Amino acid sequence: MKRYRPLAILAVLVVSVQLLTHWTGTPYYLTQLTMAAYYSVVIIGLCLLMGYAGQISLGHAGFFAIGGYMSAMLTTHNLLPYQDQGWVVLLDKIGFLVASEDLYGGALLAFEPWVAALVAVILAMVIAFIIGIPILKLKGHYLAMGTLGFGIIVYRVFLASEIFGEADGISEVPGFTLLPGVTVTGSFGARIGNYYIAWGMLIIAMALVLNLINSRVGRALRAIHGAEDAANAMGIDTARYKLKTFVLSAVLAAVAGVFLTHYNGGIGPSEAGVMKSVRYVSIVAVGGMANLWGAMSMGIILNFLSLRGLFGSYDDAVFGAILIIIMLFAPEGILRLNLLSKLKKILGGNRS
Amino acid sequence: MTSELFLQYVFAGLTYGIIYAIVAIGFNIIYNTTGIINFAQGEFVMLGGMIAISLNNFMPMVVAIVLAVMITMVIGALIEIVFIRWLEKPSVLRLIIITIGLSILIREVALHIWGESVRSLPYFVGNEVTSISILGTRISPQVLWVMGVCTVMVLCLSLFFRFTLMGQKMQACAANRTAATLCGINTRNMVTLSFMLSAGIGALAGCVMSPITYTQYDGGTGLAIKGFTVAIMGGLGHSMGAVAAGLLLGLLEAFSVSVLPLAFQDAISISILLVILFVRPHGLFGRKDAAGLKEF
Repeated sequence: MKRYRPLAILAVLVVSVQLLTHWTGTPYYLTQLTMAAYYSVVIIGLCLLMGYAGQISLGHAGFFAIGGYMSAMLTTHNLLPYQDQGWVVLLDKIGFLVASEDLYGGALLAFEPWVAALVAVILAMVIAFIIGIPILKLKGHYLAMGTLGFGIIVYRVFLASEIFGEADGISEVPGFTLLPGVTVTGSFGARIGNYYIAWGMLIIAMALVLNLINSRVGRALRAIHGAEDAANAMGIDTARYKLKTFVLSAVLAAVAGVFLTHYNGGIGPSEAGVMKSVRYVSIVAVGGMANLWGAMSMGIILNFLSLRGLFGSYDDAVFGAILIIIMLFAPEGILRLNLLSKLKKILGGNRS
Repeated sequence: MTSELFLQYVFAGLTYGIIYAIVAIGFNIIYNTTGIINFAQGEFVMLGGMIAISLNNFMPMVVAIVLAVMITMVIGALIEIVFIRWLEKPSVLRLIIITIGLSILIREVALHIWGESVRSLPYFVGNEVTSISILGTRISPQVLWVMGVCTVMVLCLSLFFRFTLMGQKMQACAANRTAATLCGINTRNMVTLSFMLSAGIGALAGCVMSPITYTQYDGGTGLAIKGFTVAIMGGLGHSMGAVAAGLLLGLLEAFSVSVLPLAFQDAISISILLVILFVRPHGLFGRKDAAGLKEF
C-alpha cells in the first residue's frame, strides 16, 4: 500500500486547498485549478509516453481536441431536421438522444452527453491506434515530425469544417451529468463540485498510470526507453507496448478534452494548435521526463499560472523559453537537478 | 481546364516549389554537418523578409536585402554558438526540443517587434499589376525573380560544395566527423558555418518571395513543415533531390486547389509527408542502405 500513500496525501491536499480558498474568500481560484487539473491529465499521459516509453509526441493537443470537439459537436448539433429519418428515430428510441432548448428557446435534439463522450473517446482511441501503428515505427526527428504533422492535420480539419464551427469553434455545450447530481458544468454554483470532479479524475488517472509503471508493462517500457534493440532481443514485443502506451495516453488526453469542454461550455481551434502540443511537451520536460509526480505538479503550477494570466502576452514565449532553458541546463527536469553533483563536476575540472 | 489556367497553376506551383526547395536545402545543410533537424529553419525565412522590410524604409532595397541576409546569418551563427555548440553529446530528443523552443522564441520576439500585421517588400520591377506574357499566359515578373534567384542560389551552393575548400571541408564533416577532425578540420566551426549558410539562403528566399507571399511573424512554421516534407521526399541530405521534390510538391499543391478547398491545402502536403514517412522514409530519390547508416 506504500505506493498509494502519495495519492492519499494528494487527496488531503486537494481538500485543504478547497477549505483554504473558502476561508480566505478566494474561491475564484478553484476555476483555474479545475482546468489545470484536466490539463494535467493530458500531461501525465504524455509523461508516460515520453518519459517511460521514450516516444515523443508533438500531436497530443490533437487527441485532446478530438475528444473535446466530438463531444461538443454531438451534444450541440441539432438533429431535429432529420427526426423523421430511420437512424434518428432508432437512436432516439434507444435513449441516445435528448431533447432540450437552445439559448434562444428553440427546440434542440442532440446526443446525450454520456453517449457523446463515449463516442468521442472511442474515436480518439481508434485514431490513435490507426495512426500509432505506422507512426511509432519512426524514430527521432521522423517521429517528431510525424506526430507534429498529425497534430496539424487535426487542427486544419477542425478549422476548415463547418460542422466544427470553423474559426469560432463550438459554444453552448451543455453540462455533462455523470451521475444524478454530479454534473460537469461551468455554472457558478457548481464550482466546488467540479473542482472535486476534476481532481478526482486526476487522482484516478495518477493511480492508473502509477500502477502501470510499477508493473510488468512499466518495466518493459523502461527497457524500451533504455535500449529498444536489447529489449526486443529479450523477447519484449516493443511495438505492441509502444502502441498500447500511445493509445492509453491518447485516451487520457481525449477524456480530459471531453471533460474540459463540458466544463468550459465550448471549445475552439486553438486547443488543437501546435503551440498547445508544444506546451504539453515542455511541461513534461520541466517536470523531468520520467517523473510522473514532477510532471503532474509542474502541470498544475504552470497551467494555473498561465490560466491566471500571469505571463500576459508572453505566454507562448514563456513556454518556449522554459523548453530551451530546461533542455540546455537540466535535461532531466528541474526536480531531478542535482546541483551539488553538478557543482562538483564543474569544480573537479578535467580530472575525470 | 483551359491551357492558360493550366499554365497559371504550373507557374504558381513552380514558384512555391522552388521556395520549399530552398527551405529544404537549408534543412539539409544543417542536417549534413550536425545530424539534427533545425526546427527553426522557417523562422530564418520570416526573419529575412521582416528585417529587409524594416530596413527598406530608409535605404535602397538592394542594400536592405543584402543587410537583412547578413543580419540573419549572424543570428543563425549566434543561435548555434549560444544554444548548441557547447552541449556535450546531446541526444536527438534534446536537440529537437531545443530547436522547437528556439522557433517559438524567435516567433514571439518577431510578434513583439513587428506585430501581427502582414507586410511585404515592394515588387522588384513594376508593381502588383505589372505582368509579362509567357507562353500565352500572363504572370508577374516577381515570379521570374523568385525562380531566378532561387535557381542561382542552388547552383552557387552546389559549386560551393564541390569546388571551394570550405565547401569540401563541410562535406568532409558531413561524411565522417571524426575523420574530418583528424584531418585538422575544425568541425565545430563547420557547424556554425552551416547554420550561417542555411540562415542566409533562407533569408534571401524570404526577401524575394515577400512581394508575392507577404511576410508575417508566424509565416515560418508552415514553411518549415513543407520544407521538411520536401527534404524527406528528396531524401534527407540530398540537395538535388530536394529541388525535384520541392517542385513536385509545389505543383501538387497548386493543382490541389482546383479540386479541394484552399483550407485543406496544408493538410494535403502534410498527408504526403506522413505517407512518405510511413512508406519510404529514405525519400523518393534517396537510397535505402544509405538512409540506414544515418543516426536517429
